[in-house]
Amino acid sequence: MVPWFAWSAAIMFVTGLYISFFVAPTDVQQSEAYRIMFIHVPVSILSMFIYLVMAGYAALGLIFNTRLSSMMASALAPTGALLAFLSLWTGALWGKPMWGAWWVWDARLTSELILLFLYLGFIALHASIDDPRRADRASALLAILGSVNVPIIYFSVQWWNTLHQGASVKLTGTSMHIAMQQGMYTMMLAVWLYAITISLLRVRSIILERESKAQWVSELKEIKG
Amino acid sequence: MSWGEFFAMNGYAWYVWGSFGMALLIFIVEIVMVRHRRTLILQQLRLTSDTEDL
Repeated sequence: MVPWFAWSAAIMFVTGLYISFFVAPTDVQQSEAYRIMFIHVPVSILSMFIYLVMAGYAALGLIFNTRLSSMMASALAPTGALLAFLSLWTGALWGKPMWGAWWVWDARLTSELILLFLYLGFIALHASIDDPRRADRASALLAILGSVNVPIIYFSVQWWNTLHQGASVKLTGTSMHIAMQQGMYTMMLAVWLYAITISLLRVRSIILERESKAQWVSELKEIKG
Repeated sequence: MSWGEFFAMNGYAWYVWGSFGMALLIFIVEIVMVRHRRTLILQQLRLTSDTEDL
């Protein structure tokens, strides 16, 4: 399953970048700087979405005591953290030329920073407890409590008067050029497929690490040689 | 439009390429780290299974 996702991600990245840079027209107000959107919006949305998926897996692990769901949560955390970091990084590089500041303590930016800290907290808490099952339960609690932050990020531009612009894509219609939309959706799909690929790869290692005493592990052809 | 103009991004080169460059760097680093982790655990498991066989 992994190669399938990996190849689709690669194809989507190439198509998405092509549309982003060669098909989508130059923006009237922001000139070429708006092209940062094609990476900024996908990584930001995925950083929020992955958090909810992570918290969901963590909750399943907590409620039904299923080890694999907890391992999935652990596998998603680093990818989510990196995407949250990328969201802030690309946002800073977009904010500087457009707002005149790398960073402002605005509701959207601050809540996204909290999301990054939640991911890092989840990883750190899990790593600090020796017994993996106890680590799963403690970090699951953190993940579930932290998920309150995701709607706050999402609706921050409506609830507060912020510097960050509101959503350009709405259910009722959108204010964007069609090629810009296509570029953004293709890039979003690419980041999505990438996140699935990398998390599945990571969870395979986590399973091996945690089930190293199991009979089936010692019978793998990679181990027996 | 020439390639020079394309890479200049109308004066926004640092911001645009800085964003996409960092994204590329992060993805590459993540892939390398995940592959490294797999190599490590497989190595370790091979070592332990060898000692058990003795």
